[in-house]
Formats: sequence, structure tokens, C-alpha cells
Amino acid sequence: MREQDRPLEGDAVPPTNKGMLAAAGVLLMIPVIALMAVFTYARDTPELFGWPFFFWYQMLWIIITPVMTYCAYVLVLKARGQSPKDVQ
Amino acid sequence: MTALAAGTGGINWTALIVLVVLFSLVTVAGFMAGRFQRGDTLDSLDEWGLGGRRFGTWVTWFLLGGDLYTAYTFVAVPAAMFAAGSVAGFFAIPYTIIAYPIIFVFMARLWSVSHRHGYVTTADFVRGRYDARSLSLAVAVTGFLATMPYIALQLVGIQAVLEVAGVGGGDNWLAKDAPLFVAFALLAAYTYSSGLRAPAVIAFVKDALVYLVIIVAVIYLPAKVGGWDTIFGAAADKMGTTNPATGAPTGAFIPPGSSDAGPGLYWAFATLALGSAMALFMYPHAVTAVLSSKSRNTIRRNAAILPAYSFVLALLALLGWVAIAAGTQPIGLDGEPNPQLVVPQLFEDMFPAWFAGVAFAAVAIGALVPAAIMSIAAANTFTRNIYKEWLKPNATAKQEAQVSKLVSLVVKAFALVFVLTLDKQNAINFQLLGGIWMLQTFPAIVFSLYTRWFHRWALLAGWAVGMVYGTLTAYNVVNPVTGGHFGSSLAMVPGLEQMGYIALTAFVLNLVVAAVLSVVLNAAKVSNGTDETVRSDYHADAGDPRVQPLPTPPHEESPNP
Repeated sequence: MREQDRPLEGDAVPPTNKGMLAAAGVLLMIPVIALMAVFTYARDTPELFGWPFFFWYQMLWIIITPVMTYCAYVLVLKARGQSPKDVQ
Repeated sequence: MTALAAGTGGINWTALIVLVVLFSLVTVAGFMAGRFQRGDTLDSLDEWGLGGRRFGTWVTWFLLGGDLYTAYTFVAVPAAMFAAGSVAGFFAIPYTIIAYPIIFVFMARLWSVSHRHGYVTTADFVRGRYDARSLSLAVAVTGFLATMPYIALQLVGIQAVLEVAGVGGGDNWLAKDAPLFVAFALLAAYTYSSGLRAPAVIAFVKDALVYLVIIVAVIYLPAKVGGWDTIFGAAADKMGTTNPATGAPTGAFIPPGSSDAGPGLYWAFATLALGSAMALFMYPHAVTAVLSSKSRNTIRRNAAILPAYSFVLALLALLGWVAIAAGTQPIGLDGEPNPQLVVPQLFEDMFPAWFAGVAFAAVAIGALVPAAIMSIAAANTFTRNIYKEWLKPNATAKQEAQVSKLVSLVVKAFALVFVLTLDKQNAINFQLLGGIWMLQTFPAIVFSLYTRWFHRWALLAGWAVGMVYGTLTAYNVVNPVTGGHFGSSLAMVPGLEQMGYIALTAFVLNLVVAAVLSVVLNAAKVSNGTDETVRSDYHADAGDPRVQPLPTPPHEESPNP
């Protein structure tokens, strides 16, 4: 049994790479902040295939957010010495 | 039938028959499945269950998404878009995007601690963390209360389909609300039956139907009304016209910034999205779904996948504008215009009658299943955290089951009261009203996952202030047209001169009260209760010998907006 797979007791916390967790946190914050900043995208132009900017820009974030969230997922696992293969 | 209602008048027999047949098929399939696998229900449900056990990523993804399309996405959001524009409806897109990064952060911790201690509800967790029955009761009551308008929204969805298909109509009140009572009776019968014992079977059929209709609708309909240019053009024209009742523009095509004409709506759009996103995973049915996942990392993996569904949600929301371009007239059987009917009416106008029936069935089943599951989740919270905790600590399992069954009916009855007393014209507001209440439990649940700095009585006081402020403010929003209370969930944010979602304003108040009182109470050394959890509990994962499987009531795989 590897060190990181052993069940924890009491106040023990798994050894964690804080830097990676912080990076994951930033990745998760970006979509939230971007979509909260309505003044940056409440515009008509530039249009795309007849779609005003306001609408297609949000659709773009629908594509970006899962990518960022998945990267955050890999980072969070790595920070504790795991990889997505370990936790299937 | 008045001449006005001639467009919708009369029964669309083909559509109605298809609707009834499909609906019966799905329900019967559920019954049969429940019957055939009576022997070891749990095992067989696990067989059927998703969680990626047998299915590949694609199938899992497909099934997860099927839960996200409810009356909220099919009826309420497009109706809001149709009637009042993007601030009222399109905020659902950022809402369903940012909900997932938010839960990614804290849900894994809740999974771990719940599986170490056998917590089934958030109220259980709060009780264990602070040893505070009253705070736990506050959380339980809030979940119970906030679920009602949410179920009401699903009832409105089923009603809209039945009304467009031509059920009901007439002059006396009973006949007029017949579709609603039919919807209610269906839901009650469905929940009471063993049909829910086989959610997976129903889930398959339901998801297939829902996807079929969505794909056809979002590809075929925009092309049929002349493409996206025409659609956005028609919507911009309609939103720019003046509403005779208020003298203001009908709605917002794109949220306007602050100008001489008045304060902007950026803040409104953003807070509606953020408040809804933060509240989504506080609901009992959402917590049940998340806690039933296989391991703490399943939640995070799904959180990475699920925002992709917002893409389809956006296209569905825009159906409200497709209807503007198509000139759809959502007139109810009483001859009054009712925006909630807009999508069913669009389907009836644009599709061949038989496919309209298929679409109606998809919407009806897509509303029925989540409504049944929500009422069961609320009933379980009641039984566990109110009945057993306060009323009858030594209740037997049989009594608990009876109470749960009875209460799940009571919840639906209250939901019916919501529909009958509040303004059905603006059904999305039901969900927003639920969000106002639900969000007030956020500090007690989420912050407590990280720290015990907040004092239990401070959290309780904050909750109370948030609840009272939120409810009163929402009550005082009067609909200018009908004069009814609870007209919308937006109000001026004190000190900001901007419209904002009441839930978030109340949440900030809640937080300030909780923080200030925590400082006072901690300084005064008032006991903060005993914590039955330890730090390692928050990191436990599947495979840990002390991680116990939780009893899971029927639930959908993913919480639905």
C-alpha cells in the first residue's frame, strides 16, 4: 500500500502540494470572474454567424470552462500524488 | 371556446394521444422494472445505476445530462426570454456554467465527511459539526420550504403542455385549472407508486425522448423561421417596444448598462447567475445526488463535464426568441396570453401533430421525474431531521417510511398552493424564490466544511436575518401589471442603486450578521458545541475502511437546475 493510499487518522491531512492547489483554485476562479464581469461582454458586436457578441461569447465560455475545470481536477489529484488513472 | 382562443382551442387529438401513450409506456416500464427486480432492488439498481460502472464515458455523459432538462429549461427559461428578454432568462447560462467550479471546491469535502459519519442530509452534517439541533432544524426547514416552489415550477410545466394539447378549459375555476390538477394527480400517483424504484429504466427512456426533441427543436426550428439573423432581429425589435402597462421597454435584448434612462442591469444579470449557482447544491435533492456518487473524485470529474450541457440550455433558452420570430401566440384556454405556454405552442405550430405529441411527452416526463424526486428528497429531510429528531426519536423504520410517504404528498400539496396563489405568468420566479431561501443555508454548510470559526448561534442569527429580509423584500416586489406580490426576485440593492437578485443581498446581510456575532460570541467564550468530526474526515475517500456506504433514496444522477 502506498503512503498516499493509507486511510487517515485523527487530525492527519494528506500531504499536499499547496502551489498546485492554488493553481487549481485560480483555474476555477477565472470562469466565475469572467462571467460575472457582464460589462465586458454586454455588447452587440462583433457578430458571429448572426449571433450578437453577448450570446456567442457566453457560448465560448461553455467550451472553455470544462477544459479549465478538468485541468483543475488533474492538478488537485497531482497535488496529493494521484493521477486520474488512480481514481477511475 | 372564445374566438380568441381559436388557435389553441379544441383538443389536438393526435398530439394528445401520442402524449398519453408515451407517458403511459414510460410509467408502466417503470412499474414493471420495479416489479421484476423486487428481489434485491438495491443490487439491481446498482446494476442499472450509472456512475460509470458499466457504461463508457459517452453513455454516462448522455445520461447525466438527461437530468438537467426539466420544466425549468424547457418551459420557464424560454418563457422568460420570450416575455422579458435576456436578463430574465439568459442568466441561466452563466448560472449553469459557474455552478460547477463552485461545487468542485467544496463538494468533495462534504462527500468525505458524510461518508465517514453516515450523514444523508446537510442538516445531519451541521448537527454533527456544531452539536446544534436548532441550527440543524433551520437547515432542514429551509430545504423543505425551498423545494416547494421548485416543484411548483415542474407542475406549471406539465400544466403548460396539457393546456396546449387542449386538456381543460372552461369557465368555472375547476375546469379552468383542470390541467394543473391532472398534473398534480399524476405526480402524486407516480411518486406513491413503485415507479420510482426504477429510476434508471425511466431515465433511459426519458433521456432518449428529451434528447430527440431537443436535437430536432434546436436544429429544425431556427432554420424554419429564417435563421439566427431573423431570430435575433425579431427579439431585438420586440424588446425595444414599450410595454403599455409600465411605460418601460418590454425587456432587455442585451442587459443595458447604466445610463440616463436609469440604472443598468449588469448587476442584476450577474447576481441572478451567481446566487442561483450557489444555491443549486444546497437543495436536498441535489445533495442526495452528489452524496450517492461512488467516490469523492467522481464529483469533481462530473463537475468538469457538466457545464458542457449549458450549450444545449442556451439553444433551448433561445427557443423563446425563435417563438418571437415565428409569431407564436401563447394564448391559454381562458383566452389570456400566458408566456409559459410559448414552447409547447411553438411545438404545436411548427411540428407535425404526432411529433408535437412526442415533444409534449418529453417535457411532461422531464418535469414529472425531477418533481417526484424533489418531493421525496424534501420528505426524507423532514422525516430524518424534523420528525425523528424533534417529534418522535424512537420512531420505527416502518413509521419513518409512512411519514415520508405522507409528507411527500404534503410537499406537493403545498407546491400546488404556490401555483394557485403566485403568478404563474412568471414561473421562473418560483425557482428564484426557492433560491432566496436556499442560499441562506450556505454559510452554515459550506463555511463549516472548512472552519469552526463561525459561531453556531451567529450562523443561526445570520440565517434568520437573511430569511426574513429575503422573504419580505421578495413579497414587496409588486408586479405592475397584475398588482400581485412576489412579482419578481430582483430588487434595489441598498446602497448600490442597482437592481440585484434578492438572494445575494440577503446572503451578504446573513454573512455580516454571522461574522459580527461570531466575533462577539467567540470573545465572550460562549461554547460552540462539540465537533464530532476530525480533520482527516474531510479527506476520506472510497476504499477507506471507515467510509460507509450511505442509504440512497431514489435520485437523479445529476442535480437539475
